[in-house]
Amino acid sequence: MTDLRNDLPDDGPAIELAMGTLVTLDDDLAEVDVLAQQSVAARSSTQTVMRRFRQHRAAMSGFVVLVAIILLAFSSIGFGPVPGWWKLDFKIPMPLVDAGAPTLSVWPPSLGEHPFGQDNIGRDYFALTMKGAQQSLIIAFLVGIVGTVIGTVIGACAGYFRGWTEAVLMRLTDVMITIPLLAVAAVIAVSSKGLGGVWILGAFLGLVTWTGLARIVRGEFLSLREKEFVDAARSVGASSGRIIFRHILPNTIGVIIVAATLAISSAILLESALSFLGFGVQSPDTSLGQLINSYRSAMTTRPWLFWWPGLFIIAIALAVNFIGDGLRDAFDPRQDRVKA
Amino acid sequence: MFVFVVRRAVVSFFIVLASTALMYVLVALSGNPLKDLLEYNGPGREARIAARTAALNLDVPIPGRYVLWLQEVGTCVAPGGDECTLGLDRKLRPVLPQLDVALGSTMRLVIAATVLALLLGVVTGVVTALRQYSTFDYSVTFIAFLCFSLPVFWVSTLLKQYIAIDLNTWLQDPQMTYASIGLLGLVAGLIWTIVIGGDARRRLVVAAVAAAATSGTLIVLLNVGWFRRPALGIAGIAVSALVLAFLWSALFAGLRPRTRPVLYASLATAVAGTIVVALAQPLMAEMTWLTFGALVLVLIALGLGIGYLVGGHTRRLAMQISAVTAVSVVVLMSVDQLMRAYPALFKATGGRPMATTGSQTANLNGTFWESNLDLGLHLALPTLAIMLISFASYTRYTRASMLDVMNQDYVRTARAKGLNERTVVVRHTFRNALIPLATLVAFDFAGVLGGAVVTETVFGWSGMGKLFTSGLSNIDPNPVMAFFLVTAVATVLFNMLADIAYAYLDPRIRLR
Repeated sequence: MTDLRNDLPDDGPAIELAMGTLVTLDDDLAEVDVLAQQSVAARSSTQTVMRRFRQHRAAMSGFVVLVAIILLAFSSIGFGPVPGWWKLDFKIPMPLVDAGAPTLSVWPPSLGEHPFGQDNIGRDYFALTMKGAQQSLIIAFLVGIVGTVIGTVIGACAGYFRGWTEAVLMRLTDVMITIPLLAVAAVIAVSSKGLGGVWILGAFLGLVTWTGLARIVRGEFLSLREKEFVDAARSVGASSGRIIFRHILPNTIGVIIVAATLAISSAILLESALSFLGFGVQSPDTSLGQLINSYRSAMTTRPWLFWWPGLFIIAIALAVNFIGDGLRDAFDPRQDRVKA
Repeated sequence: MFVFVVRRAVVSFFIVLASTALMYVLVALSGNPLKDLLEYNGPGREARIAARTAALNLDVPIPGRYVLWLQEVGTCVAPGGDECTLGLDRKLRPVLPQLDVALGSTMRLVIAATVLALLLGVVTGVVTALRQYSTFDYSVTFIAFLCFSLPVFWVSTLLKQYIAIDLNTWLQDPQMTYASIGLLGLVAGLIWTIVIGGDARRRLVVAAVAAAATSGTLIVLLNVGWFRRPALGIAGIAVSALVLAFLWSALFAGLRPRTRPVLYASLATAVAGTIVVALAQPLMAEMTWLTFGALVLVLIALGLGIGYLVGGHTRRLAMQISAVTAVSVVVLMSVDQLMRAYPALFKATGGRPMATTGSQTANLNGTFWESNLDLGLHLALPTLAIMLISFASYTRYTRASMLDVMNQDYVRTARAKGLNERTVVVRHTFRNALIPLATLVAFDFAGVLGGAVVTETVFGWSGMGKLFTSGLSNIDPNPVMAFFLVTAVATVLFNMLADIAYAYLDPRIRLR
């Protein structure tokens, strides 16, 4: 009887039903077996995580908001050669309508000529904000990806190989941690200025944002490398690379995904702070932080030039943070009840 | 312990060495310091290029330049090291005096933000953990996430634009309509009812009482012109001190008959402290840091003495809590004096006391309290902007840590053996939950410094952030390196202190 209970996957309302059945039909084991097989659908760990994530209300709203913002930013003004559905271009000045005030109205719902208003030389601010959001999103995701890959590899090597590798890599991490992220990012951004473009900036910023993840991954590897399944893999002659990437890494994927999500949200804030200080994205290129920086002095006369990019930064960062929180709960094996 | 500190100091030294070397190379590669002169076509071009090349050692390759810079830093550390400059900037001025000024104002900002964020964050975190999944918990969680997602520069600009300027305008003529007084009362009622919670009836009572109290206080304050000449007065100090004395004893000692002496001791300290403050009023006008320190020591000694005499079998606890009460009296006294200094400062600043630029009013020449109030008002908004993120992380961390400890077996044992809830929460849970925070504070430090860089730009402070940003955008390596030197040393130091504090707080950890 106890064996049977242990075999049941420890998860979800379906099991509670099966357990209830177990108790009522305690004397007829065969029938229980059949019932258990019928009512408990086996779920892979990915399915479990996905299910828990979908039940996390805050995370799902964050996910919907993020997807909506990404779709809006990339479909409205188009990306690269692909044209978007919005009629105005972000580069072309137009005659000022009503001193450039926003024409967006919630009730009766209408976009008007310039929903987010116009800047001081009459460019359509909706198109500009969308362009800025595109650039900021590209940088944030690049930083997230580059930082996560570097952090994972460094943490994995340090945790798996121990010894000299670990000493060198972890001292390197300690060195990086002594420097305020914003400051080192500013220096890196200034150095990469001549190379141009948001892609370069994103990749370079990724080079300095891996420290936290490296420490976390190392910790996971330190405990996992002592487990029996690693010994088993080693005894059948698996190479170090295979053990790291096929055996240990999949067990740390939850931690890594959560950290990567949070890295994206901090990257968007980092990029905007850098651009605000004048070290990040340079004019005529644009980003959300750069927009706020260039229209800072217009705050009293044209406050909308300040509000829209700020609201987009907050919306993106908040959405990503909620997704990260939901993922953390979803990956947590101790979580038996999902809270919104 | 000693071995640990020595070993750690050696490791830290090499870490600082490596991090400064790394940053030196990066800064050197970020641009050519001669760029503006190379594009310059006026007279004396060659001479100026030569002067700057010599001053910044630009004729030496980068590794050699780093070694020369290290020597410069070394003369500052070595005893009898005169001529210590930390290098020259591009205008051939020594960096050290600039760093001195910058460090003072930035440290004020960073320390104020960290302390405030820590206090508020821990209190909020504990309350959310105790009332997990309540409306209050959900609201705080949402606010914390919002704080994590706020760009510091955006908040700073908003604070400057709306809070500072509008508040100054309001302070010119502090009047309120009854509608806005009522609205403020309603908001206060809503906040208190969310914080205190309970069933529907209790919520209604709490909301009504809080709303009435807030509105009533506001009406009285407005009518007596309190916002023009604010003060607590001796009576205000006495009442607040008694309330705080009661609160501290109820919180940390409980109101059982066994710990009654603690309550008596701290109430007595409140009364005696207020009398001392009243007697010391003539001193206030001529206050300096020396007399202030002496007054603080006298009050703490008074608290310890009363605790010793009244404490009985709970002497130790009585002394501690009386000392805390004495410190509270000092804080109340300072608040009172700062408030009394307000009218003078109001006049000195032309009726706009809430500062938006700089770290102090130039040529103020006020008394001790006036200049400190001025510093405080300059600090208020930048501190608020920086502390939001730290506040959010302390809240979340304290909450998680409290929940973790509350599920430990020994807490269940404490409940099972019949300890009251206060003892379980304050002695068994809270103290253990605080331990991991020591590490977080140290780690947070570098982040707060980064936030300071941004806020200083918005509020026009000439601090470390200014040194860094202007140095970096003008391609001026030595001020930038001074910034990195300070942050690296500070971070390493804080990490070491955190580890020592950790081992002191948690006997399971041994320093090796």
